[in-house]
Amino acid sequence: MEVKEIIRQENMVYQRSSLLTSKPFSYCPGCGHGTSNRLVAEVIEELGIQNDTIGVAPVGCSVLIYDFIDIDFSQAPHGRAPAVATGIKRVLPEKVVFTYQGDGDLAAIGTSETIHACNRGENITIIFVNNGIYGMTGGQMAPTTLPGMKTSTSPYGREVATMGTPLKITEMIAHLDGVNFVSRQAVHTPAAVRKAKKAIRAAFECQINKKGLGFVEIVSNCNSGWKMTPVKANQWMEENMFPFYPLGDIKVDGKLVKTL
Amino acid sequence: MTEEIIIAGFGGQGVLSVGKILAYSGIMKDMEVSWMPSYGPEMRGGTANVTVILSDDRISSPILNEFDTAIILNQQSMDKFEPHVKKGGVLLYDSNGITRHPVRTDISVYVVEAAAEAARMASAKTFNMIVLGAFLKLKPIVNLEHVIKGLEKSLPKRHHHTIPMNREAIQRGMEIVKPFEMGVTI
Amino acid sequence: MKEFLLMKGNEAIAEAAIRAGADAYFGYPITPQSEIMEYLMTEKATERTGMVVLQAESELAAINMVYGAAGTGKKVLTSSSSPGISLMQEGISYIAGAELPCVIINVVRAGPGLGTIQPSQADYFQSVKGGGHGDYRLIVLAPSSVQEMADFVPLAFDLAFKYRNPALILSDGVIGQMMEKVELFKPIPRTEQFDQSWVITGKTPDRKANVITSLDLEPLPMEKHNHHLQAKYKKMEDEEVRFEEIMCDDADYIMVAYGSSARICSKALQLARAKGVKVGLLRPITLFPFPKVRIAELAQRVKGMLSVELSAGQMVEDIRLAVNGKIPVEHYGRFGGMVHSPSEVLEAFEKIFIKN
Repeated sequence: MEVKEIIRQENMVYQRSSLLTSKPFSYCPGCGHGTSNRLVAEVIEELGIQNDTIGVAPVGCSVLIYDFIDIDFSQAPHGRAPAVATGIKRVLPEKVVFTYQGDGDLAAIGTSETIHACNRGENITIIFVNNGIYGMTGGQMAPTTLPGMKTSTSPYGREVATMGTPLKITEMIAHLDGVNFVSRQAVHTPAAVRKAKKAIRAAFECQINKKGLGFVEIVSNCNSGWKMTPVKANQWMEENMFPFYPLGDIKVDGKLVKTL
Repeated sequence: MTEEIIIAGFGGQGVLSVGKILAYSGIMKDMEVSWMPSYGPEMRGGTANVTVILSDDRISSPILNEFDTAIILNQQSMDKFEPHVKKGGVLLYDSNGITRHPVRTDISVYVVEAAAEAARMASAKTFNMIVLGAFLKLKPIVNLEHVIKGLEKSLPKRHHHTIPMNREAIQRGMEIVKPFEMGVTI
Repeated sequence: MKEFLLMKGNEAIAEAAIRAGADAYFGYPITPQSEIMEYLMTEKATERTGMVVLQAESELAAINMVYGAAGTGKKVLTSSSSPGISLMQEGISYIAGAELPCVIINVVRAGPGLGTIQPSQADYFQSVKGGGHGDYRLIVLAPSSVQEMADFVPLAFDLAFKYRNPALILSDGVIGQMMEKVELFKPIPRTEQFDQSWVITGKTPDRKANVITSLDLEPLPMEKHNHHLQAKYKKMEDEEVRFEEIMCDDADYIMVAYGSSARICSKALQLARAKGVKVGLLRPITLFPFPKVRIAELAQRVKGMLSVELSAGQMVEDIRLAVNGKIPVEHYGRFGGMVHSPSEVLEAFEKIFIKN
């Protein structure tokens, strides 16, 4: 039997999104970014909005997304993606605009831009990948780093007394009236991936239907930065990250669906 | 012809707006004009002053340290600007609130009792127009019709009903301005 | 018949932005330039032309909104004053690196730090030498009248799009706050007649995806990109120098001044000429590209030059580079928010060049 005969449309259960470029993902093996990138590409393709979608990729590992999804992108200075996206969306209100940001970017240096874009109810979509660490720069402490967690700038563990507690920025922005949809998901298991994709789709649909800002946090790992094997990192994430950053929808159609 | 004027007094006396009306009147006569205010915290309750230049030629510096005419509306401004009137120039002031009258003898000094007159006319808002009238009597660089046209241009439509009152105030200012006589108590 | 209006420099800029067909303004309030956004809101810019006017949460956000919108090929501008422009430098560097057209207005106040809201020209270095990180230049226009505040807005947009480079209008508190007679140009329809091959408006199947970026992790392509930028700046220096000369033909001495200081010097010039001293004024209109060739020519036949700036002396360095030691070049200026008067300028000139 020829390969062509096996791979036939009626037999197809999964297909690589045509929006993914031929470039192999350059993320570390086991990193959640590859899956997250893929889900964004799939959602855009399935919604049929690839000709009208503009992405904003700021600084950190998340910047690499523009190499992997074959749509128009603007790179953004560190933390400024929501402002850059605001600029694009305001002059092209009929286009679909999304940001793809890490936790250092969105919740530390870009806190102001995040909160104010959300508060203005910019009709954009924000995908927030939270791995509790600065990945690209070599594993420094992030605002989302858990108490006691070791990083290169908290080598003896995050000490709450001097370094503060992790910032639950997703819960913060869920309270803002301009934000229509908020969900926290993960991409470490097939079931989680399916839920994450559904949330990402909802966040894009929220924009397409002009309902306001849609926001999806993806709690992810950084096995290089955490200095763990991929399997161990996912296990550690389930045991430590999820209790602090519980998964599930937080705000749907402008209403909080979870007690915060 | 170039006329370089400083108008100085308290914020709220209409110093900046009378300067603006004068500048607009200059435009109505096809002159070049500039209006340079003091700005910033000074504006908030303190002194306010504005340099207005009207000229037949391109205006060089909007910022000056010598003036053809100084219009002085409070004591601080008297102290600050009397020394900066050009030799042979004009100092016009309202004596209301002035404790030290001008002392220079190489300039022409005039008085307009604008605050008192505005009180008589029962309209504080006419104060700066009375002052403008006095100035135009001394320096007729623009005529009353230019000023009225300037007012029409610079005032929002909803304030156009005040124009007749302003015209009357300007004419009143022209009538009551008088030379200051040194040694005579006002 | 021509219609003249009496306008503040800041208002003239705002009205010119509407008439120039600007698609968007993003800004944050700061004295002495807040009238720009106030005017755009009061005069209903959005209703008039569809222009977007948005008050950002900071200058950081404002310049990044400009960056985002400029990537779509729209005509975008922002305005601020010195401390706010300092905050914007990161974004400006990105915009220059990514080669996006936009217009930035700096109504300069005195520094350093919070300084004072009074006028100054102490942001010259920041404006003409780049300002943020990396090797880049802005096109810098220096208006010296309210009329030029209006006229330079469409000019700045033209140059910004011609070179795909940010253009800065370097004004100051004097020009921003003063009122003068201004004749406004007729509204220019919003147009998209320029090379749009690079814009991000959504990738259609007939073209490759566009990415607006200044990032290249590989140094070799980054060097190549930098060479390309330098070639562009060289072309500006060859083709876009603008200046005005007043009474330079028979001058023994030249004052060099821009913006409000040039206005003050033109009065000082009259005072000097009245005394029989032959002084001329060279007023750079573009500060980058700088009229260095013309200054070098003039240095062949005058005895000295005086740079008159509302700063401790910044442009004087560029004049000295152009003159290259041929004649004495000195600086005079009040600063820190103080403004020199015409007679102070003349006095300083005489002290430096005549009495010695």
